[in-house]
Amino acid sequence: MTLISQNDTATRRCLSTGRLVMPYYSPKGQEAIPAAVSTCLRTDDQIATIYRGVHDMLAKGIPLNSLWAEQGGRATGACKGKGGPMHVSHPSTGVMVTTGIVGSSMPIANGLAWASQMDGSDRVVVAYFGDGASNIGAFHESLNLASVWKLPVIFVCQNNRYGEHTRYEKATAVARVADRAAAYTMPGHHVNGNDPLEVYVAAHEAVTRARRGEGPTLIEALTFRFYGHVMGDADDYMDKAEKAAAMANDPTLRFREKLIAGGVATEAQLAKMEAEIDAEVEAAIQHALASPYPDPIELRRDVYAEELA
Amino acid sequence: MTDAPKTTMVQELNAALADAMEADPKVVLLGEDIADPEKGGITGVTRGLSTRFGDKRCRSTPIAEQAIVGAAIGASMMGYKVVAEVMLMNFTAVAMDMIVNHAAKLRFMSGGQTSVPIVIRMMTGAGFGTAGQHADYLEGWFAHTAGLKVVAASSPEDGYGLLRACIDDPDPCIFIENMPTYRVPGPAPDRSKRISLGKARVTRPGTDVTIVSYARTALESLAAAEALEQEGISVEVVDLRTISPWDRETVLASAAKTGRVLVAHESVRNFGPGGEIAATVSEALFGKLRAPVRRIGAPTSAVPFSKALETAYLVAKPQIETAVRDLVQGKTDAKSGLVEA
Repeated sequence: MTLISQNDTATRRCLSTGRLVMPYYSPKGQEAIPAAVSTCLRTDDQIATIYRGVHDMLAKGIPLNSLWAEQGGRATGACKGKGGPMHVSHPSTGVMVTTGIVGSSMPIANGLAWASQMDGSDRVVVAYFGDGASNIGAFHESLNLASVWKLPVIFVCQNNRYGEHTRYEKATAVARVADRAAAYTMPGHHVNGNDPLEVYVAAHEAVTRARRGEGPTLIEALTFRFYGHVMGDADDYMDKAEKAAAMANDPTLRFREKLIAGGVATEAQLAKMEAEIDAEVEAAIQHALASPYPDPIELRRDVYAEELA
Repeated sequence: MTDAPKTTMVQELNAALADAMEADPKVVLLGEDIADPEKGGITGVTRGLSTRFGDKRCRSTPIAEQAIVGAAIGASMMGYKVVAEVMLMNFTAVAMDMIVNHAAKLRFMSGGQTSVPIVIRMMTGAGFGTAGQHADYLEGWFAHTAGLKVVAASSPEDGYGLLRACIDDPDPCIFIENMPTYRVPGPAPDRSKRISLGKARVTRPGTDVTIVSYARTALESLAAAEALEQEGISVEVVDLRTISPWDRETVLASAAKTGRVLVAHESVRNFGPGGEIAATVSEALFGKLRAPVRRIGAPTSAVPFSKALETAYLVAKPQIETAVRDLVQGKTDAKSGLVEA
């Protein structure tokens, strides 16, 4: 959570100072969700995520250098700079697909899970998506197929209350996305996505169920995005009081307080860890900025297996 | 030729799938109604495969094209060679995001870390009164998308070889099957031979005019060429077989030889693949051609239902003959390239 939060701060600073230029969909406020889910996952488990997905990737273990160089459009990036922040892949840590299309993580997650099933493996797949995606056809097709085929997939809806600029209630016919699980005969959990322990309990149950071959689960984790849809959007369509309340309840800071109060860690230990994370992120940024851009010949590579003439 | 063993497209596609599944346990099939309890496909292309290889490798799906193509993509990223049936070409419209934004682009967007070696099979073709949403040729959509390969077989022989080649190919392939000619008998292939993707076939040699075509219109072109021979016009027919990437070398060699080129396809002429081929030939051979390159294709219309309209819509032998005669006689009326002007 701390890594995600501090990485977000560094990213917004980079963009606002012009150190880096890219479209950025800040996940700040949603960090507890993938952080908790990932504690239930192995390296060979996989995720399919979306454009607001850097928190999901970091929680899955993507190396900072690969991520930042990709965000910088550099040849040393995870995808040689060819995908960018909205299309990061890093298969060795299980980050299989990042899509810029609402809803499209789910059909592909099913396929990854189908492969696991055919392999006879207990590998599981997490599909991350937002509340807006629960209204698109791909969501319904995917949950139905996953249920009929008992695929080892966990659908994690990060309900941040807004689909782009439109409020959840204005666009969604059910009070809870989790209720939609009933239509596909799978468990549906509605949890506080800002509480990592609550997310963990639901994720652990879902992952265990998937590993046993018992099929998919839908988890709706209620959360809030702090910085609007995309960096630079004025977010004046958002309820200011709701936003202020959410920011006052920063999930990372709340969990930090909890760790200290519970005697799990001391202020000094956490401060040291935070300083180390800041240094790692800064080193990754410097690595990215010092890296070369891809050669234009890359336009002819990876279009097909064979390089284009 | 008449003594050669006869077969059909349906039989050869079935054999290609069976042989591929036999050769590689990673070859798996999914699609609507494809398993035997659901009759092995609505036209029987996959009949017997689930019984022979098990319903885990030949799996019927819900009617959910995004889910079908998405599942194919994900499994193929993990090393499976997935053949997804989308039944009808028009139904790809429902799965376009999965095909165009994902299957076609994941290799590039991941910098080559992942790939999507899938085949998406689909049938189409006017002539059976299936009208506006069951018969379109939409190959131009896919040929215009970087990352996809687009293949259309005109004969059972090519059907076998091209489908095997698509299954073996490391890139996503759109495999187009012309439904109205599914059961037209043709010579049996040598199943030990493969056909390379991107290689056209000169199905009839000639010296006066080159017709570049594929799928059903390649057969119509052959029939037209035979008739025109009686009039003293020698027509060379080039069956592209792979629409993208297409065989420029063979087409340009033929065009350089005959000096006259007609591109014929069933899809709507305007903005169709014929435009790309005509432009390429014109760019490469400007000044060496004996006439401007011509195109023939469907009018800018939906596929109509009424037999009278459907017949007028379809590019067939008589229209191809007329277009060739026009070409030889130097007629350049822009409208004569349309079936229905």
